[in-house]
Amino acid sequence: MAESEVLRAPHRIEYTYTRSVGPIIGAFLTGLRDGKILGATTPGGRVVVPPTEYDPITSEDIGELVEVGPSGVVTTWAWTDTPLPDQPLDRPFAWALVQLDGADTGMLHAVDAAGPRAMASGMRVTARWRPAGERIGHLRDIECFEAEGAG
Amino acid sequence: MSEPVTMLETPIRIDYEFTAGLAQSRYLKGIAEGRFLGQRCPKCGKVYVPPRGSCPTDGVPTTDEVVLGNTGIVTTYCVVNVPFQGQSIELPYICAQILLDGANIAFMGLIQEVPTDEIRMGMRVEAVWVDKKELGPTMASVKYFRPSGESDAAYETYSEYL
Repeated sequence: MAESEVLRAPHRIEYTYTRSVGPIIGAFLTGLRDGKILGATTPGGRVVVPPTEYDPITSEDIGELVEVGPSGVVTTWAWTDTPLPDQPLDRPFAWALVQLDGADTGMLHAVDAAGPRAMASGMRVTARWRPAGERIGHLRDIECFEAEGAG
Repeated sequence: MSEPVTMLETPIRIDYEFTAGLAQSRYLKGIAEGRFLGQRCPKCGKVYVPPRGSCPTDGVPTTDEVVLGNTGIVTTYCVVNVPFQGQSIELPYICAQILLDGANIAFMGLIQEVPTDEIRMGMRVEAVWVDKKELGPTMASVKYFRPSGESDAAYETYSEYL
């Protein structure tokens, strides 16, 4: 049998599941829906964003949640030339770790920029929010970040 | 202020092109003609359906094609009572391992036209196909299996396939 007689067909595997988010991530997502970014305060005084349920270094319970951002600094980034379906932007963009003002850790998100030359570690960016009515309590409630002053 | 967020939907999806390979392509073309094609191992003589092109025991190509019967034996089964996402068959239904006549391996099939409390190991079943003009190279061509009306197979005839 010739190679050309081999059958091919498009297939899709899809498994959407719903998970409970717990009190800390739940508060973070509720904050996003309300247009606020929350971080977790560790006993050592660091602020972790997105918040964890425990101190990532000492494993102690975290303290109160505090508001951070919505602006911050790009600590490191990678350019994406060909975005995949369902990624935050449908045009080339940067994945970046953004250390929000008041936070001690970087949060991964997309940065909308004209090109890799418009990106730099140390650049200041600010969150571009979805309209309040479209926010559902998801990291995508922040559409992406953009250079501060660009919006 | 609306309720706090407690749940998160996490979609996972992969789109890809499935390549059936030579053996399964032959099998699917057989399905499009309304028949089950298996392949026999030249070394141990076992007939595999659906064929994968080689014998998992002997590691040799299975080039000898075999036309299998439209009937077989329920070796084991499961009555499905629990709903799940994407389900298209009305509950409860029976999912069975079916050993086609002439085959040396059972495959999974849907059983219909029998009450769920009457299904049993050894029951003889037959394939029910879609209308001829709807036949295609897809397992959707086999609508389901149903009791053939023959008397049950003796346990010894299928015990080595459990």
